[in-house]
Amino acid sequence: MITRGWIVGEFLQFAFSGLTVGAIYALVALGFTLIYNSSDVVNFAQGEFVMLGGMITFFGKAAGLPLPVAALLAVGIVAIVGLLLHRLAIEPARGASPVTLIIITIGASIFLRGVTAMVFDKNFHTLPPFFGSEPFNIGGATLLPQSLVVLFGVALVLFALLLFMNRTLLGKALLATAANRTAAQLTGINTSAIIGVAFAISAVIGAIGGILATPITLTYYDAGTMLALKGFAAAVLGGMGNPVGAVVGGLTLGLLEQFSAGYISSQYKDAVAFIVLLLVLFTMPQGLFGARTVERV
Amino acid sequence: MRRFLNNSFALVLVLGAIVALLPLVLPSGFYWRVAALVYINAIAVLGLNLLMGFAGQVSLGHAGFFGIGAYAVALGPVYLGMPGWASLLGGTALSALLAFFVGRPILRLSGYYLAIATLGMGALISMVVANEANITGGPNGMEVQRMIVFGWRVAGAQVWYWIAGITLVLGVLLVVNLIESPTGRALRSIHDSEIAARVLGIDVARYKLLAFVMSAVFASIAGSYLALLDGFVTPNTTSFLLSIELVVMAVLGGLGSILGSIVGAAILVVLPQFLTVFHDYEHIVLGAIIIVFLIFLPRGIVPALASIVRRGTA
Repeated sequence: MITRGWIVGEFLQFAFSGLTVGAIYALVALGFTLIYNSSDVVNFAQGEFVMLGGMITFFGKAAGLPLPVAALLAVGIVAIVGLLLHRLAIEPARGASPVTLIIITIGASIFLRGVTAMVFDKNFHTLPPFFGSEPFNIGGATLLPQSLVVLFGVALVLFALLLFMNRTLLGKALLATAANRTAAQLTGINTSAIIGVAFAISAVIGAIGGILATPITLTYYDAGTMLALKGFAAAVLGGMGNPVGAVVGGLTLGLLEQFSAGYISSQYKDAVAFIVLLLVLFTMPQGLFGARTVERV
Repeated sequence: MRRFLNNSFALVLVLGAIVALLPLVLPSGFYWRVAALVYINAIAVLGLNLLMGFAGQVSLGHAGFFGIGAYAVALGPVYLGMPGWASLLGGTALSALLAFFVGRPILRLSGYYLAIATLGMGALISMVVANEANITGGPNGMEVQRMIVFGWRVAGAQVWYWIAGITLVLGVLLVVNLIESPTGRALRSIHDSEIAARVLGIDVARYKLLAFVMSAVFASIAGSYLALLDGFVTPNTTSFLLSIELVVMAVLGGLGSILGSIVGAAILVVLPQFLTVFHDYEHIVLGAIIIVFLIFLPRGIVPALASIVRRGTA
């Protein structure tokens, strides 16, 4: 029996799950954006930060640590991984072409996957929901408490990031480096260290995303690839390099996926997302929020 | 030596000699197969290098064309009753057509936007293959009938070694010819500066499209060969990971270097075969090798060697 209430409920249901998935994409896209802005590198190991966040928390908890401690430990370790990635793989290759740098980060992501599979395992893992699993009922649709945690978490991360960028000296140094590396260097900013900080923050953002999402999406050593792909798509959709665009792009991609899964075909949900992405790019070659750039000769 | 490392016809001769003489030292069928795999991958990478190294356009979706070639030889004989060789040609034509029509809008994009658009194109092809399971066998893949030409059953690693090797030599000959021609100069000028090329009166869109279609054809042929060599095809032939692998081969060997395409393919095909010895560390070693090579030789192996040789002789 199809009633109006049922239709509204169904719509809300798709919207909720779309926003939840989209929030995770948004976090990955934010990580991409931060590193891209400060160093022009597209870091394909961004998905591995998310995967590591979930995996380390799970194994920390399995080793007997309380969940918050395990989560903090995971964030700390992933931040160090981010710093090392910059120090050992990106910094030594300074001056290489963008394609070479992308391939280096792909190498790093394969490496991190290998290390994870060896240190931990290749199985799927999940975490218990932070605030129980009793769903709310809103307008005929159910909403898991964990979905709210994810959404609030993303809002908090974005808020903290904007605060950091605009209110702290370190954040301003990061913005300056992003705007013009040479000029920033001339004002006495240690741009190499700043880019290291950008990698660390991106890693932290990714790890937080992984910890928040694992109770809903599960995680395993190979989960990063698809996340990096979707996050990259979201970042480009929003306009490469724009943090607000990254979040809007991520949420848009998540909603598109879930609505097409619900109303068109669950098998082709990713296809619809990519078709929309292609159409957006054909009509707006710089993404939704990208600045128009003019190539100088 | 210097002329040899830069692309030239001498390269074609040496490559032909290598293909002809390598079997003398191949100890077993396993090695014939590995060598055939190197040649097959090198064919795809050669095309991709034409697009990336010479025309300067990135593609993260070439596994899509590779997969079309692979599934064409699997599906053609079963559903259309086409012989294997006709399916191979059909797949190649389909890839070329698709590249022609998709290339027009996609190649207007540049940089990361082009990267994500080609990635999306590859992902769409991959999804069709994975989802139409009743036709393609979905994730389980499907068997590929052996190709029969004039009553001769084309099968076995040795046969495919020769087919792939000869195709690669012909492909290199074609690309060398193209690079040394006015078309090649036009492509390289686009690589250096699109605007400058346009100012000089070069039809930038047309040449980019030409490189894109050619690279799709190379990838499609390579895909068909792989499916026919294996006698089996899986969705892996369309996967994002394969697209990435092809790009890694091109960059590792050296963008804009024909010899580099073959060296890159050889390293990335041969290495995992021997890394299976320490199978638990396979990913770690592979990732580390990619990072270390590109940190020390950011322009790729062959261009780096070429500049060392140049310094030595100068």
